[in-house]
Amino acid sequence: MMSTPKTLLGTAAVIALMALLPFAGVGGYVLGLMTSALYFGVFAMGWDLLFGFAGEVNFGPSFLIGVGAYTAGLLNHYAHWPIIACVPVGALAAVVAGLLLAVPALRLSGPYFGLVTLVAVLLLQNVIVIFAGFTGGEIGLDLPDVLAISSRVNYWYALGVAGIVALGLFALSRSAVGLILQASGQDAIEAAALGFNVVRHKLAAFCISALVSGLAGAMLVFYLGTVSTDSVVDISIGVQVIIAAVLGGRRTILGGAVGAIFLIVAGELLRPVGQLSTFIVSAFALLVILFFPGGLLGRFIVREGA
Amino acid sequence: MKALQILIDGFAISSLYATGAIGFTLIFGVSGVLNLSHGSIMVTAAVVAWLVAGSFGAGPYGGALIGVGASVIVSLVTYGIVVRPIQKSRAIAREEKEIFVLTGTLLWGIMVQEVIAYVFTNNPKTVLPLIGGVVNILGVRTPRTEIAIAAIAWLAMGLLWLLVNRTRGGKALMAAAINPRGLTLCGFELGSIHLLVWTIYGVLAGIAGVLLGSFLGVSSDNAGQLTASAFSIVVLGGLGSVTGSLVAAYVVGYLESLTAYLVNPSIRTVPVLLLLVIVVYLRPQGLLGRR
Repeated sequence: MMSTPKTLLGTAAVIALMALLPFAGVGGYVLGLMTSALYFGVFAMGWDLLFGFAGEVNFGPSFLIGVGAYTAGLLNHYAHWPIIACVPVGALAAVVAGLLLAVPALRLSGPYFGLVTLVAVLLLQNVIVIFAGFTGGEIGLDLPDVLAISSRVNYWYALGVAGIVALGLFALSRSAVGLILQASGQDAIEAAALGFNVVRHKLAAFCISALVSGLAGAMLVFYLGTVSTDSVVDISIGVQVIIAAVLGGRRTILGGAVGAIFLIVAGELLRPVGQLSTFIVSAFALLVILFFPGGLLGRFIVREGA
Repeated sequence: MKALQILIDGFAISSLYATGAIGFTLIFGVSGVLNLSHGSIMVTAAVVAWLVAGSFGAGPYGGALIGVGASVIVSLVTYGIVVRPIQKSRAIAREEKEIFVLTGTLLWGIMVQEVIAYVFTNNPKTVLPLIGGVVNILGVRTPRTEIAIAAIAWLAMGLLWLLVNRTRGGKALMAAAINPRGLTLCGFELGSIHLLVWTIYGVLAGIAGVLLGSFLGVSSDNAGQLTASAFSIVVLGGLGSVTGSLVAAYVVGYLESLTAYLVNPSIRTVPVLLLLVIVVYLRPQGLLGRR
């Protein structure tokens, strides 16, 4: 495995290279794809902090994403707040919603925690559909503002967010806090016996996960120019995030971004087979889980014996 | 009148839920596996029954039988190529197997669902009802098939009860749920018990799927929703508790029917979700769960 400073430097170099992509003759269509992939990468990295480190499987990443996205979207649509105000408020709303969900839910373990997060998504989706007059329901809500018209600028925004989140979360995961989280995830009783406050660390992980998910969710809707359940809340969004994170490699953080980009690229390459592309991507992810449980990046980043 | 209608409709749908959920809870009880491809297996049974009964002209009974058979095959394949390799894998730490089984069965479920959608499209399919006609129960016009559904569901659950309580294999199965190591020490092969429980699960999920297909119609898009509802019922009743799942299935079935008839069909799942959150917070082991 690579040492922390080396990996951070390597990641920064990759981000810098990716920032040059628009000058390398890459067209607007590909940049658009990459923009979505990068936001998904942020979702997956936030999810991995909970799954890979805190050991909690969150079936509802799209609850946090959706709260951030809809808060930002509604503020922009009705109150005409500028984007610069909507995005942080959306991210904060995701943290608050995440806390409301996690404080009681973290008392539960394993499948119960997973179920509560799944139910949270279904409830959010129902609420949005029931109050369709206000939220736009399944059709969605148009936003008066967008981040940028140019696909280059949009791409740079996404890359900036994804880059900061990647470096920040990776450094966090390698810090003392990250180690305590990992210990809490693997053996909560032993970690507690060593004097660590397991619940508080997991709660912190949940808040950070909520913050980045909400932030990227809010940015994503201002890129899309519309906020709808299909694009930010639906269960299938959550499943995509989970597949990306597991495919890239759990407990690697960076794997989430790699997995998300891989999924989007694979989806494009598999376009000729049409409907079957989801099947092939799922089958590939299943094979990775069965034969290389460490994921695409597992070999390089996971600690030995971890 | 409306009350009686809710009572009858609710009973049929609840019996159906119970059949599917009991299989789901049985697997969890015996091998600790939450099978997230549950919905896809139910859909497979319904679609095969629809295909065989309709296009191949096997009639409703032949279709139903082959549909259940297909469900058994898919459930054994699920066990053989997804669950068992993860349980046996050395590369996956023991405390992480649960998460891997959840993710693995989820992916497998999506694969099955996509194949069905690809071959048969995702249009809803209605399986030929086993019995046609309508009877009048105290002024409520009830399709006979609705009565048949409840009867078949209860018959299946009754047979399961006999199997578990009256046969050697069934008793071994219950013993595996209580203490697998003790059972191994008594000279039972755990592997064959797991095969047995996945077979029983396949039969129950298949019956539930075929009956659901003949009652409401089934599309491959329903797979996720079906898994979620089985998961909810099982948690509500208490993970691993068969009686709990039975009770919870009726609570869910009636709550949904009441909401659909009295409030609005579009929010039929909302009260169940709220109830579930309340129960999980106040009593995480579920209504009848053991801890």
